[in-house]
Amino acid sequence: MNRLFKDKEHLVRVAGLFAAGIVLFVVARAVLVPKTFGEYGHYRGGALADVRANPVVYAGRAACVECHAEEGERWKGGKHHGIGCEACHGALGKHAADPSSLKPVKPDARTLCLGCHATNVAKPAKFPQIDPKDHMEGGLCTTCHDQHAPDKEPKK
Amino acid sequence: MSQDRREFLATAGRVLILTAPAAAYWDALAEGKTEPEEAAYRMADHFWGMIVDIDKCIGCGSCVRACKTENNVPLEPFYFRTWVERYHVEPLSEHPEVDSPNGGYGGFPEKYAPGDKAKSFFVPKLCNQCAHSPCTQVCPVGATFESPDGAVLVDKTYCLGCRYCVQACPYGCRFIDPRTNTVDKCNLCYHRITKGLTTACCENCPTGARQLVDLKDPRDPVHEFLRTHRVHVLKPQMATGSKVFYNALDGSVR
Repeated sequence: MNRLFKDKEHLVRVAGLFAAGIVLFVVARAVLVPKTFGEYGHYRGGALADVRANPVVYAGRAACVECHAEEGERWKGGKHHGIGCEACHGALGKHAADPSSLKPVKPDARTLCLGCHATNVAKPAKFPQIDPKDHMEGGLCTTCHDQHAPDKEPKK
Repeated sequence: MSQDRREFLATAGRVLILTAPAAAYWDALAEGKTEPEEAAYRMADHFWGMIVDIDKCIGCGSCVRACKTENNVPLEPFYFRTWVERYHVEPLSEHPEVDSPNGGYGGFPEKYAPGDKAKSFFVPKLCNQCAHSPCTQVCPVGATFESPDGAVLVDKTYCLGCRYCVQACPYGCRFIDPRTNTVDKCNLCYHRITKGLTTACCENCPTGARQLVDLKDPRDPVHEFLRTHRVHVLKPQMATGSKVFYNALDGSVR
């Protein structure tokens, strides 16, 4: 037995190195691996909160009609009721948070309407389409149609 | 005092069950709150997906523009989290003609003559939010993952930009953001849907062709829709568990 351990100094040295290595690994791992890693799976759980913290740019239609009740009433029940306000008026999250910070620009009716209603063979056949060349050329669509409820009587 | 085993187990069980709420309540009290704060958003209550109705899409590009604005996607060069394709399929042809000028950002100028005996339609594309996603499986560092509520997200601070996931996605939904050199993709507007809003593309779709759905919400109209419509996912043979359901999808769409 004694003969087996007669050169044990070498063994102690190697064992010490191993122990130091293991301690170093454990310490480094504790420092380097984020606290939330593995919370839900093999990824950083905190990343969910990071993505969630992105700013909201489009306020959503519910926020618009909170203040613009009159336009909201007009829009309700009309054929354009499915369209969110910001689809035409642009992203207005800032305006919803603080109305004075950003003043919405009135959209150009002609280009905006044609963006959806110009004829295109790939569009569903039942979707209302016009050929801009023979339908009120150059005129403003809003002269005849109410943009908020095109199927209702035009607003006086 | 005598106590039989059944009685002892029942009491112990009750004590054990009560421990967790009591501990939570104690923590809340220690932090100075009288009532434990009600979590506004619980991941366990949601499982997100989307319905895309080809019969309703008019190719206006509202979704593409809205997505770029909401998520600060580079405008040019043209990278997309969502884009719209136009298919033009001649009868009995195996090769549909597909185009997507600037991803549909500015709509689709008329290109085909009416009555050319081919069928034409628009197909909006986005990340399919796969439940068994190939892209998350190849990430070497855990920078992309399926969240417990069913969104496939990217951890930008972890991404190395190695591009494995870009190659792994069978739908071509990922790109490398040239500004950060990390990967980017549709995250189903995770910052919006966790606040009770819908995604930017659904908010701005004028025809309701795209609808955000919560598959875990029993009141969501998606269940009725999936029962009454013949829906399809893209590349079902790849078994990705895609949660973007297409209605009226043509077989030529890849």
